[in-house]
Amino acid sequence: MTSEDTAMRALTAVARPPRPSGLSNALVFGWRAVLKFRHVPEQLFDLVMTPIMFTLLFTFVFGGALAGSSSDYLQYFLPGILVQTVVFNAVYSGMGLSTDLGKGLFDRFRSLPIWPLAPFAGLMVGDVMRHLIAGGIILTIGLILGYRPDAGIAGVLAAFLLLVAIGFGTGWIFIVLGLLIRTPTTVMTLGFSVLFPIVFASNIMVDPATMPSWLRTFVDVNPVSLMTTAMRGLMGGGATISQIGLALLAPVILTLLLAPLTLWIYTSRR
Amino acid sequence: MHANRDSAATESAMAMAVSARGLVKRFGELTAVAGIDLDVPRGMIFAILGPNGAGKTTLMRMLATLTAPDAGNATVMGHDLVAEADEVRGAIAMTGQFASLDEDLTGRENLMLLARLWGFRGVEAKRRADDLLAAFDLAHAAQKQVKDYSGGMRRRLDIAASLIVTPGVLFLDEPTTGLDPKARQDVWRMIRQLADSGVTILLTTQYLDEADQLAARIAVIDRGRKIAEGTSRELKAQTGSGSLRVALYDPSQLDEAARLLEARLGHAPQPNVEGGELSVTASSAKEANAAVADLLAAGIELSDFTMGQPSLDSVFFALTGHAAEPSGEPTP
Repeated sequence: MTSEDTAMRALTAVARPPRPSGLSNALVFGWRAVLKFRHVPEQLFDLVMTPIMFTLLFTFVFGGALAGSSSDYLQYFLPGILVQTVVFNAVYSGMGLSTDLGKGLFDRFRSLPIWPLAPFAGLMVGDVMRHLIAGGIILTIGLILGYRPDAGIAGVLAAFLLLVAIGFGTGWIFIVLGLLIRTPTTVMTLGFSVLFPIVFASNIMVDPATMPSWLRTFVDVNPVSLMTTAMRGLMGGGATISQIGLALLAPVILTLLLAPLTLWIYTSRR
Repeated sequence: MHANRDSAATESAMAMAVSARGLVKRFGELTAVAGIDLDVPRGMIFAILGPNGAGKTTLMRMLATLTAPDAGNATVMGHDLVAEADEVRGAIAMTGQFASLDEDLTGRENLMLLARLWGFRGVEAKRRADDLLAAFDLAHAAQKQVKDYSGGMRRRLDIAASLIVTPGVLFLDEPTTGLDPKARQDVWRMIRQLADSGVTILLTTQYLDEADQLAARIAVIDRGRKIAEGTSRELKAQTGSGSLRVALYDPSQLDEAARLLEARLGHAPQPNVEGGELSVTASSAKEANAAVADLLAAGIELSDFTMGQPSLDSVFFALTGHAAEPSGEPTP
């Protein structure tokens, strides 16, 4: 008998350890998200390059014309670009899911005796990390360029909590798309073609006062505008409870609708 | 009386690793699996043989709880496929057709991820991963990302990933598709070793020689139905006769050799694709012997000749009326 045979024999008849809890399963998937960051740090490049370009472009090229001076404009624009960053980030999470599904990785997960939602919880852990890292980078650049959050550290922390909630809610849209669409690039194209009008027809870049009234009607109820208004309030001071409530409305509704839908699609495809 | 018969049926299902009755799966208009019965005894290598689009993968996905059957029922290691899906998942492992690995992670991390999902903790999970890497000759690549693995290494890691906890049944969907001959031999060797240690293995393949080499029993599937089942020998016996194969030193003599063989044996010989070889049906060894003597008498030198049972290729042709070529239909 060769040593390899011995090794093979030692490997068979390995008993199953006690079944871990659903939370433990979810944490393992969270660990996977952390490992992905370690091995593919360049994914952060995709995430932050666009918002960095936007910040620089709007602040220095358009800022003066839009708000009188670059520094005034940055003060207005930065909370909004954070919302845009997080909303766009969610697309990458859907792409990742679509890639995993296409490769048969989820077949492996689904043939294991684990909590069915655990892989999605892991995706969410990865998303939250991405949101915090990307948001942190954009904020740092903003601070270097002269942005000053009038509400101080507490305001910024509260704003980042809201940001995570926004990302969490938006994330479900792309998890559903990722489950339904087999081609990652289609998820991206579809995601951005829906998000671009919603993000631009909002109050992120400009005050809607000069827009035609039909557009202003949309901008006023656009969830992205509501989120941006609350972010400005939290970071600049003067946020009201109702502003924060309106900003959370879309994420909460999305989660309530799409989390069960995700589970249903995932389990009924079996 | 009735109860006795039922319990006898249950008992025989318990002795089987997989026992399926009338499994059906439809995708819209397409019926991928059209009512298949399957009994796989414990500890056996069992092959499901068929061309692309025959329904092999769908059948296996149903048995691995990845797709719910539209009709029929099955037990896997004594657990009902639908009612006890979670128990089934605890007793099986599946290696799909497409590597179910995370390309961005290292080989060790992939195995540790799964070990942790099974419930191994910290150091235990790492030890489990390292044992498997060593057993599958991948220790040198433990720290490499899977995207840098060769096809053979990937497949070995994929099979290793199915053995975190020793499964009752291991499902292997086309385990050697796309591998080079050396890697293929390696995978075959590992499959045999696993079977020797008592793991039941159900594999699908479209390679006739793979089923022939590995499996104790073979079910032949075509267009969603099982059209034959038996040992390789039994299936070959269904074509009813043996086969003589001769290889010529001088391929230019092929036509003359074919004429002589046909004259003696009464069947038209089939030339081998690479040339220089002929296969022909021969009803007895004595007749085949005489045919070889004819060739030598005519001055045709042979580099090799064999008398044996027909290849599974010709068996498949006899059973289905069409060759076992990939049909080009999509595999659902």
